[in-house]
Amino acid sequence: MSVDKDTVRRIAKLARLAVPEERLEPMAGELNGIFKWVEMLGEVKVDGVPALTSVVAQKLKWRKDEVTDGGNADALMTNAPGGEDHFFTVPKVVE
Amino acid sequence: MSDPTAMTLAEARDALKAKKMSSRELTGAFVAAIAAGRGLNAFITETAETALAMADASDRRIAEGKAGALEGLPLAIKDLFCTKGTRTTAASKILGNFVPPYESTVTQNLWNAGAVMLGKTNLDEFAMGSSNETSAFGPVFNPWRSKGSNQNLVPGGSSGGSSSAVAADLCLAATGTDTGGSIRQPAAVTGTVGLKPTYGRCSRFGIVAFASSLDQAGPMTKTVRDAAIMLTSMASIDPKDSTSVETPVPDYESFLTQGVKGLKVGIPKEYRIDGIPADVVAMWDKAADWLKSQGAEIVEVSLPHTKYALPTYYIVAPAEASSNLARYDGVRFGHRAASPRDITDLYERSRGEGFGAEVQRRILIGTYVLSAGYYDAYYSRAQKLRTLIKRDFDQAFEKCDVLLTPSTPGPAFGVGAKTSDPLEMYLQDVFTVTVNLAGLPGISVPGGLTESGLPLGLQLIGKAFDEGTLLRAAQAVETAADFKAKPAKWWTA
Repeated sequence: MSVDKDTVRRIAKLARLAVPEERLEPMAGELNGIFKWVEMLGEVKVDGVPALTSVVAQKLKWRKDEVTDGGNADALMTNAPGGEDHFFTVPKVVE
Repeated sequence: MSDPTAMTLAEARDALKAKKMSSRELTGAFVAAIAAGRGLNAFITETAETALAMADASDRRIAEGKAGALEGLPLAIKDLFCTKGTRTTAASKILGNFVPPYESTVTQNLWNAGAVMLGKTNLDEFAMGSSNETSAFGPVFNPWRSKGSNQNLVPGGSSGGSSSAVAADLCLAATGTDTGGSIRQPAAVTGTVGLKPTYGRCSRFGIVAFASSLDQAGPMTKTVRDAAIMLTSMASIDPKDSTSVETPVPDYESFLTQGVKGLKVGIPKEYRIDGIPADVVAMWDKAADWLKSQGAEIVEVSLPHTKYALPTYYIVAPAEASSNLARYDGVRFGHRAASPRDITDLYERSRGEGFGAEVQRRILIGTYVLSAGYYDAYYSRAQKLRTLIKRDFDQAFEKCDVLLTPSTPGPAFGVGAKTSDPLEMYLQDVFTVTVNLAGLPGISVPGGLTESGLPLGLQLIGKAFDEGTLLRAAQAVETAADFKAKPAKWWTA
């Protein structure tokens, strides 16, 4: 399976990552090198092998459905690159 | 003691307890050492004022007889742990001047035990790398250099600032995180000890996430005893991390005197890979003899899927990274692109400007292997391989108690030597990455020096939640290796 320039452009779009036009081709080359190496996994018979979902034999913990934290809006806004009162500002999304 | 910075964590603890020196004196010595050692670029943020204030508070607690387990002991913290009120960068531009409004559980545990924070150490961006060269804050240098050379070598990665700082006596000990070898590999190439605990032993709360099913915090120290002391305070059961395991934390230091008599040490034959240098193999063989002479039994074991571990990792880790790093969008915190056209442009350019080359590469790999039509061929298959890799370990541990392997395929390499080919860099983790995939504990202990005078590490791998046995074996290796070498202090010129 070979990754070309258009594929890189498509996955960059999916990843919401601006990759400059001149980086698309070299990136395709780098990714191909990696995917070619990864192809060796095709040698292994995995029929009937379950996918690993957890390395430790422990069920995910349950907790009571109650509020234990919160009310930190001021603290949360301190790192916002754009904000007013307790709102994050973004470019207009609805015309 | 002439130079307090040369002490081990255990020695410093005992000196403070015996009131031979104050935390203020000790901390002051490290603050000076860090200032003199800036040429190593081990720290992204120094917190000298905080450190001295914490030291004074420790001295008061010591005087009142209320000292904690790490009271007054100055530590360095990898800049991947969120520290309330102190900038946390993950060595990325995208976090900008992020100042966490909360504290990671691991660091909180350390402060609760009385430890003093010296600063935040450099790392590969988002912990993605094996040489600390992907940091947006520049490369870190290894305190070690080859005999007769003044070429700068890498300190390993991703916890390269921590390994460099410990090896150069800029702190008593440091924290690291390990997703594919990021504690053990830098420890190995700097002549220090690095312990990756079992997945779930240390809380991941407040640690900037890379690959959540693999990430684990652990100590980086000068000795095995120091690693045991650190782990006892770092580990906890944490309701804030749903994968934190409900197993009580023992006093790990108590295992160190138990010896290895009767212990079965497995040597995995698949780790004898082509192309690793003769001195790596020679040291590995020597270490088996050391353990044998102390009463351990050496058995050969097989981990047949070893060669598939790295490619499996390079599907699983980028897949998880691409999901975890989706949160960096330029909206709620971190870097935001100037004058965006619309919301998509804001996302794309903030991320394109904020992430470095290696992080972008991994986000793209991860997005690709999770995308429609490729998920089964890549991600699903990798997760099945992971089951087989874990099964290999389960079967090996029916025949032995711990495994002994080299930590890395070679000693520290030159800055810039492996940056052009990502695959060559990835191979640094060939001996360590299997352990993360299986969730097991592993430790790297210095074994000795190469002919050119560079440290090499030996790795021990334990059963899940059996850090006690792992530390016993590590102590035996450390005792036999009797590694006393220190790098020449060229950086204080």
